[in-house]
Amino acid sequence: MINRECGVYQTTYEDDMALYPLPLARYSTLGAVAILLLLPLALDSHAMSLANLMLLASIGAIGLNILVGYTGQVSLGHGAFMMVGSYTAALVTVRLGLPFWVGLPAGGAVAALVGAFFGIPSLRIKGLYLAIATLAGQFIIEWTINHSTWISGGVQSTIYVPTPTFLGWEINSEYRRYFMVLPVAIVAYVAALNLVRSRVGRAFIAVRDRDVAAEIIGVDIFRYKLLAFAVSSFYAGVAGALWTYYLKIANYEHFTLATSVSYLAMIIIGGLGSVLGSVFGAVFITLLPIVLVYVVEGGAALFGFKYAAIADFLANLRLIIFGGLIILFLAIEPEGLFRMWGNVKRYFRLWPYSY
Amino acid sequence: MAFFFDLFVNGLMIGSMYALVALGFVLIYKATSVVNFAQGDLVMFGGYIAAALVVLYKLPLAIALPVLLGSMIALGFIVERGVLRPMVGQNVISVVMVTIGLSQVFQGSAAMLWGAQTKSIPLPIPLEPYVIWEIYISPVNLVAALVSGVFLVAFAWFFRKSRMGIAMRATANDQQAAMAVGINVRFIFALSWAIAGLAAALGGVLWGNLIGVDTQLALVGLKVFPAVILGGLDSVPGALVGGLIIGAVESVAAGYVDPYVGGGTKDFLPYVLMILALMVRPYGFFGREIIERV
Repeated sequence: MINRECGVYQTTYEDDMALYPLPLARYSTLGAVAILLLLPLALDSHAMSLANLMLLASIGAIGLNILVGYTGQVSLGHGAFMMVGSYTAALVTVRLGLPFWVGLPAGGAVAALVGAFFGIPSLRIKGLYLAIATLAGQFIIEWTINHSTWISGGVQSTIYVPTPTFLGWEINSEYRRYFMVLPVAIVAYVAALNLVRSRVGRAFIAVRDRDVAAEIIGVDIFRYKLLAFAVSSFYAGVAGALWTYYLKIANYEHFTLATSVSYLAMIIIGGLGSVLGSVFGAVFITLLPIVLVYVVEGGAALFGFKYAAIADFLANLRLIIFGGLIILFLAIEPEGLFRMWGNVKRYFRLWPYSY
Repeated sequence: MAFFFDLFVNGLMIGSMYALVALGFVLIYKATSVVNFAQGDLVMFGGYIAAALVVLYKLPLAIALPVLLGSMIALGFIVERGVLRPMVGQNVISVVMVTIGLSQVFQGSAAMLWGAQTKSIPLPIPLEPYVIWEIYISPVNLVAALVSGVFLVAFAWFFRKSRMGIAMRATANDQQAAMAVGINVRFIFALSWAIAGLAAALGGVLWGNLIGVDTQLALVGLKVFPAVILGGLDSVPGALVGGLIIGAVESVAAGYVDPYVGGGTKDFLPYVLMILALMVRPYGFFGREIIERV
């Protein structure tokens, strides 16, 4: 079972186009899915909530990676697009009384529209100018949602959402929420894997690598840039909508510029232009503050400090380590965790008889 | 009408403080083509150092100011050498992200070193406003405008006339040609970060005096983007004009529009202006036109 390829043995187009052409990859993917499905048996409620947060972050990060990693358009407005999805979902549920599985695509669709609109500047400007334009988008969307009572209404722009139900099944515990988030995350992951190896995905990559050349070989840049913004924002919107149903609350404070920055950090640390890397990055950035708390708490207990005394210190340390990691990864391993994972795999490929 | 001029004049003075911060930004972009998302955090760091020197260590202003300027110049050098130099030749996303990472490090370390609660920088400036032709002018704003003005003029002279300034312009124009005539381009890079540190130190004192010193001070840096885009990312006069426009527009708009929409126009309108500017004239009023059609 642990055999590797030593040539190209596909005899049909179906084999050639398979997502995982090797038996080993197929089995390990199945194994990963099985582990994900059986995870609730092993974890307590707190660990489940972490798993949920990682899955939520993965969806958003995959979306941003399609835009930044595959199409090469920098976006600092991902948080705002998630905000659009989040509030759309909340409004769809509260005003229209529709269930969450309608709210999710609705949030995605509205976010995709808004995202495509804020992607229009990308047709004239690129690189850093685009980063600045999307930064403006972040602020404009945030302000608009915050200041229009029709959207956010109520006190402090907060909308409460009732507990979502699926076919009469109340999703009211971390375990049940896991089974609300997991299918969406798996669909998002598989869809992204298939998108980036399709015609559209190759067009995205062409635009990223050399836009002039892409235009010459017939890639309609106008269409594909907007499409990248729309797809990426659709992911962001779905992630934001899920976030709303997960927390049962829609609040703009979850989707500020800091959110956009941390999603960018996820895909940079995980690996630009890699779907699996986005997941690595999402897991890493979600776990970072928690691991940090354990480490610093342990250290503080060793020296007899109380938690309250180090809470401030911890918040600041988190910022410093977060920023420092971004800088370190960019300087030392620009291709991120995905590349490191690849290095490990390459090492074990011929193990123990490596050259 | 007096209301309008009141808003307008005070807005222009705020704008001159934006221009001060924008200058550091433009300088770094022009000389090293790095978009510095950490400029606001440099300003915040300058404000923190000033507040720490004056309030925590009780130094008189005459000693604190040189110490502040010296340490911010040193900080600029260190940042350039330690963080930005390895990034030379990397793509735009990486460089932008490095400066964003830098901004997080600045915020965390400032709060860790000197505490997150808001500090004030006491400056010996009277509080009662001057009234000229029914326009109320706050002395703090006036001093800020004067300091910004003096710095901008001094900098304009430096850029135009001094040997170093001319070397900086040469580097900005063409790095290879500058190297070929014997200019030490690496030193120029470090120098532009040092000057940006200097501008950030002054900006930190002025802004810190106006709105208090805490990590929120860094948001000033985000306000600078509309100013530099309007003026042109690589233009020193553009930074001044852009800063003044943004200051005046946000002040007047806040005065007239805020009562109807419930506040926050200040944080909204500059970005709308910026998007419009990006759509119509991405290189700004004074920036170098780089025409690229795809």
